[in-house]
Amino acid sequence: MRPGSMILVLEQLLNGLQYGVMLFLLAAGLTLIFGIMGVINLAHGSLFMVGAYAGTLVAGATGNFWLGIPVALVAAGATGLAVEALVIRRLYARDHLDQVLATFGLILIFNQIITLTVGRQPVFVAIPESLAAPVELLPGLFYPPYRLLIIAAGLLVALGLYLLINRTRIGMLVRAGATNRDMVRALGVDIRLLYTVVFGLGALLAGFAGYVSGPISAVQVGMGEQILLSTFVVVVVGGVGSIKGACVAGILLGVVDTMLRAFLPGLLRGVMPASEADALGIGIASMGIYLLMALVLLIRPKGLFAAGG
Amino acid sequence: MKKLLAAASILALSTMPGWAEAVKIGVITTLSGPPGYIGEQVRDAIALAVEQGGGKLGGVEVELVVEDDGLNPGNGRQIAEKFVNDQGIKILTGIVFSNVAGAVVPDVVDNGAFYLSSNAAPSNLAGAGCNENYFVVSWQNDSLHEATGAAAKSLGYKKAVALAPNYQAGKDAIAGFKRLFEGEVEEIYTQLDQTDFASEMARIRAAAPEVVFQFHPGGLGIAFLKQYQQAGLLGQIPMVLSEPSVDGVILNAVGEAGVGVKATTHWNEDFDNDASKAFVAAWRAKHGDRPITYYAQQAWDTAQLIGSALSKATPDDADAFRTALRAADFASTRGDFKFGANQHPVQSWYMVDIVAGPNGKPQAVTKDKLRDMVGDVYADQCKM
Repeated sequence: MRPGSMILVLEQLLNGLQYGVMLFLLAAGLTLIFGIMGVINLAHGSLFMVGAYAGTLVAGATGNFWLGIPVALVAAGATGLAVEALVIRRLYARDHLDQVLATFGLILIFNQIITLTVGRQPVFVAIPESLAAPVELLPGLFYPPYRLLIIAAGLLVALGLYLLINRTRIGMLVRAGATNRDMVRALGVDIRLLYTVVFGLGALLAGFAGYVSGPISAVQVGMGEQILLSTFVVVVVGGVGSIKGACVAGILLGVVDTMLRAFLPGLLRGVMPASEADALGIGIASMGIYLLMALVLLIRPKGLFAAGG
Repeated sequence: MKKLLAAASILALSTMPGWAEAVKIGVITTLSGPPGYIGEQVRDAIALAVEQGGGKLGGVEVELVVEDDGLNPGNGRQIAEKFVNDQGIKILTGIVFSNVAGAVVPDVVDNGAFYLSSNAAPSNLAGAGCNENYFVVSWQNDSLHEATGAAAKSLGYKKAVALAPNYQAGKDAIAGFKRLFEGEVEEIYTQLDQTDFASEMARIRAAAPEVVFQFHPGGLGIAFLKQYQQAGLLGQIPMVLSEPSVDGVILNAVGEAGVGVKATTHWNEDFDNDASKAFVAAWRAKHGDRPITYYAQQAWDTAQLIGSALSKATPDDADAFRTALRAADFASTRGDFKFGANQHPVQSWYMVDIVAGPNGKPQAVTKDKLRDMVGDVYADQCKM
């Protein structure tokens, strides 16, 4: 293998890692909400969007990128708590179809609110000057420091969540809740408070992911739905209710997806014209994570790290 | 009996020319999602032209009916059917994206209405698929990028990477670029809803071309230029672009990531002719600092063309209206303009430099004329 192509592989691995970390940040909240509260929350992508818009608008108005982070966290967290109190709380006892309907309605409402208040044009935030110039990680391997920062932040969040879940009382309740919800309730734990905490935490992570993804893609109406589907795949592959599963599956799927997209068209070009090779390659690549999910479910029907398994 | 007579006379009156209400113009355009600003530019420019005429185009009262296609060919088709079949609209325009145009235009012209494209002009409708009721005021997709190929060649580049979304206009873009570039081109196709181009940046770096050509309209172009800068490629590998990738809104959004780029265009804000100056002045008076794009300019020209035809004939008399349109008897903002055999434009193309403007935002400055009064390569295949 030529040294140039080795660097290309490394660079695409980093891209995959960054995408995987983004998936993890979203999936962590989703898997807890699903695992502990038993609620399918389609509106998780809307919290991602709310965080992105709130942070980006404030960063744009003040010119300070870092100020956008707390704003995104507060906005997404507050929205999450409001959604939990007003809508989700009524859905705990209902079946999954009602939950899907209600949270799908929330998606439409959030998208329309943003369209009416901010408008249809995507909003933008510049990444800070200090992170703008690419750094040379290896000879010939230049990489945007902003993406490295996302990777680092994602891994830090993973570590923080690990400590929270495994070393604190709240974490113990969360683990217990994910394993057997009814038993926790029977033991006299205030399950309602636990639900609110979990939902708020999930919303915070989604808002953070939304904001940090802003500078590399576009902050636009419906941005959450684009990534939500892959996030659900991560939750299923990782095992419902498992933070560890979300982390491993997120990074695994992120890397697999990116590598397939990057290299499959090139491999197919040997046998067909470029535009067809790209269409077919990207088509197969977008199926890749679903094939992987089917494979995992075949071997481990409850996911890689099913809670309580 | 009296009632019947009255009803008959009303019916007779309402079908008489002159008594009829305002001529409706159906505007189908993309107002939502990342390219939503393009539709807003189209809509607002046509509305501005009507407003300047005091509610009239060519002295005839007109009414605009605007709907959002959401960049969905199915939606576009439904809207067109409603416009043409239910509301009896005879003049349609406004579609931004070629995939929507491909689904809508054949339907519209088959039903006897006129479609005047203010933007998209896919190759399949320019050659054998041309139609006498289909006019293009903007450019044929390929010619937009042929000029860019010619520019890259004239700058002495021999090896290029060309990127475009995998849909009709993207394929037309790369075909057009290659036609006049004549050097070695590596093609990379992206998706029309893609906003993260990290993987493409890595491939560009690995290919190490002398020049990069990319066609990413709307929000995609903004994301691409920003990520090109973030990846550190901006100063290393020069970019030569066609106008959809560096329109006024994109330049405004990317800031310094746009400076140093070379581009090609059929119109620029600094054009020195009366029609262009009048258009820019009208836009500035109405919209202030809001960026002005060639999408708006083309839509404005389309409105002027409709006006020139309406002043001579009514769209209900299809033959007379068509003849009036063919004459292209209006003052185009780009200077000289006429229709070729396939009713697509014959016009000139220019090189522009993107430089740092006085307010810190990049701006386009017109340089040499690259091509003088050319049509497109599909005109010969068109039999009307």
